[in-house]
Amino acid sequence: MSTKPAEVKTAQNPNTKKRGLSRDVRNNLTAYSFIAPNFIGFCVFTLIPMVFAIGLSFCNWDGQHAIEFVGLKNFLDLAGDKTFKTAFVNTIVYCVGTVPLTLVCSLGLALLLNQNVKLRNFFRTVSFFPYVASLVAVAAVWNMIFSPSMGPVNMLLSSLGVENLPRWAAGKDTAMITVILFSVWKNMGYYMVIYLAGLQGTNPSLVEAAELDGANKWHVFWHVTLPQLRPTTFFVTITLTIASFKVYDQMYMITQGGPGDATITLVYDIYNIAFVNTPKYGYASAVAMVLFALVLAITLFQFRNSSNND
Amino acid sequence: MKISSQKRSNAVSRVAIYVVLILITALMLIPFLWMLSASLKMNKDVFSFPIKWIPENPRWKNYIDIWTKIPLLTFVKNSTKLTIIVTLLQLFTSSFAAYAFAKMNFRGKNLLFLGYIATIAVPWQAYMVPQFMMMRAWHLNNTHLAIICLQAFSAFGVFLMKQFYEGVPSELCEAARIDGLTEYGIWFRVMLPLSKPALSTLTIFTFVSTWNDFLGPLIYLTRDEVKTIQIGLRMFISQYSAEYGLIMAASVIALIPVLIIFLALQKYFVQGVAATGIKG
Repeated sequence: MSTKPAEVKTAQNPNTKKRGLSRDVRNNLTAYSFIAPNFIGFCVFTLIPMVFAIGLSFCNWDGQHAIEFVGLKNFLDLAGDKTFKTAFVNTIVYCVGTVPLTLVCSLGLALLLNQNVKLRNFFRTVSFFPYVASLVAVAAVWNMIFSPSMGPVNMLLSSLGVENLPRWAAGKDTAMITVILFSVWKNMGYYMVIYLAGLQGTNPSLVEAAELDGANKWHVFWHVTLPQLRPTTFFVTITLTIASFKVYDQMYMITQGGPGDATITLVYDIYNIAFVNTPKYGYASAVAMVLFALVLAITLFQFRNSSNND
Repeated sequence: MKISSQKRSNAVSRVAIYVVLILITALMLIPFLWMLSASLKMNKDVFSFPIKWIPENPRWKNYIDIWTKIPLLTFVKNSTKLTIIVTLLQLFTSSFAAYAFAKMNFRGKNLLFLGYIATIAVPWQAYMVPQFMMMRAWHLNNTHLAIICLQAFSAFGVFLMKQFYEGVPSELCEAARIDGLTEYGIWFRVMLPLSKPALSTLTIFTFVSTWNDFLGPLIYLTRDEVKTIQIGLRMFISQYSAEYGLIMAASVIALIPVLIIFLALQKYFVQGVAATGIKG
């Protein structure tokens, strides 16, 4: 990434100065025409609403009456909003639970499948399938399998002699763990594929050299393979963290945000404020800005980290 | 001595690898097998324990009843229509824009691309509310056009295609230029045929995310006749929560298209992800 901008600049400068303008202009116009279809759609349906969202977070609006500017009031109100606070904490807890777990599981699986195993394609396809499967459908089956009273998981546990059967999605303490486990199960296959791709880009001769030097498998992994995978890990961590901040559907389908507020998240809160209760679009946008700030902070942090290391 | 003990430890670790792999596969597959099995059972038999994986009298009737219990055909049609349109639009606009970013020099290139990258990080959920207000003002709520506009122009697609195009040697484009091809010609005749893996990857991503999308249709589509399969299925689950067999049958139906497209394109998938992961 870091080499790209410099390269483009040096290629551009001499050309633009010496050659005729018309050719340059024509070139620019052709390039813009390539970008236009995507960019116009992107501006209208993404960029404008984004800017609108920022403005709206400083306003009161119920969708019927006129928009009223209220300054920072929405953000000040957030500080005393108990549901918001719970949603915020839950989102962080979910993130802290899913990101490392998914990362480790997907990397482990990728390392296993990167070896010369038979039926490699089969294993890869199977572990990827939960990721592409419909969330509504797999959440439905997950709910049945983990049903506290009748589900096969608890039946199995009770036949093994476990007495205090977990209440899974219905228990206040176990609801979040249930959702986290579900997410890891559903998504690890995708990140495994990314890691597999990353592993194919590593240099096998480095591993051989380290093995000749007498390094054991753990050392080879820790000091040779893992550093080579750093760009992949960077990408996976960013994607996972951002995805976990945006979580909503899983909760909606497995716990409905409950029991109580136990699994309500930021997006859940936004949805409720804007579309379920009497609409407070300005306030919903204020919550949305918190979500945006979280994602932005993580992105900037990771970005700086990776460019420092390069 | 040393070699034989090394061989033995290799054999042991191979067995261990297969055991772990089989365990993980089971973990991944069991929910789907359970779904399939439950979809062929009476409601009262779904939770019988120990699990009967193959029902004695498979109740195929579940797969017939589900079509009359809810307007499933309408839902499937709506989802199919939306998914195909969005995927085609996404493939076209993304690969088109990506070509300019990867293979052409023009004013404002870096700035524009940075803008794209920056917005990938902005979660849709952060601006879904004003977006909905905007669409409603244009009377697009409860129309499929809203979902199409929502999904068809992603920065992600441009990013993915650009990464792939950068791996294609520029000499190919130069040669084509010397042969007199226009930039559009190069895109169509040189780049598109070469980018099958990336296009397949983007197809899987877009197809899957549009077919499975939940929150978008949940907000925009409230009338039955425009609902997608996901919303329809969810509606059915909350209305008839005890119809276990039927719920599982409908779930299987909701999974099939994605399964087909995934199995058909998955060989391209790792290739495509690998191409996008390589540093430009």
